[in-house]
Amino acid sequence: MNKIVLRLVLCVFSFVLSAVCFAQDTKPEMADVMRSNGKIYVVVAVCLTILIGLFIYVFLLDRKISRLEKGKD
Amino acid sequence: MDIPKLFILNETIRNLYFHVCMWFGMMILFGTSFVYSIKYLRGFNLCNDIFAHNYAAVGSFFGILGYATGTIWANYTWVTDQSQSLGSILKEPKLIGAAIALLIYGAYFVLRGSFTDMDKKARVSAVYNIFAFAMLFPSIWIIPRLVGSLHPGAPGSESGNPALNFKDIDSRLRIVFYPAVIGWTLLGVWITTLKIRLQLIKDKTLINE
Repeated sequence: MNKIVLRLVLCVFSFVLSAVCFAQDTKPEMADVMRSNGKIYVVVAVCLTILIGLFIYVFLLDRKISRLEKGKD
Repeated sequence: MDIPKLFILNETIRNLYFHVCMWFGMMILFGTSFVYSIKYLRGFNLCNDIFAHNYAAVGSFFGILGYATGTIWANYTWVTDQSQSLGSILKEPKLIGAAIALLIYGAYFVLRGSFTDMDKKARVSAVYNIFAFAMLFPSIWIIPRLVGSLHPGAPGSESGNPALNFKDIDSRLRIVFYPAVIGWTLLGVWITTLKIRLQLIKDKTLINE
């Protein structure tokens, strides 16, 4: 039973591998995640930059407010 | 949401909702800061100086975010397998202009920090803030549009004024773009009001004197 599963997995794997190799043969790929899927990951990166930036900024502001609160007590 | 299908840009046209909105937000925040600087110079109310300072601070922060997102976007759309290289991108008038504009605002904070006298600090920095806002227009709006640039809006890219030109920007993008501008700006204004309230509590004793 195990052997059959192993063979199937290997078979599927080789198909995938050959498909990948075939794709590389037909068109020059930029070999870059950011350029795949219509460059959608560039949008993700831009989104994350803004979010991380805003979080850092608001976090620093939060720390300032906490410091002021502590000073009052 | 459906977007127009474009070459080179592909899906990255969606960055219009983030990158361009950052600069719009920055312009609005700097504009507000400019108005408060004028208000300060009219009545010498220290509250107006705190408002101007904090609007400029959050505006610069939006500018830095706009610059950072712009570099990411340019990296994957301007550097193509055609003739553009990193060297040609570093010569971009839009990048240099935006960097100059942000550095002028950086000098505003340096100037503020270098005074020990509150009133003198407020007065000189208000005058400088007006100058900095005036310098925004040649450095990021006018000069990049006079000389050739890869950035939309320059002569050669045939797009006229991007985002504001009703014939240029796709109506499907506009549905999301304008609310996004309002939303990001309101977020900036909210953060600014938090900073202003913090500063007003800190300086309570000074202002009520």
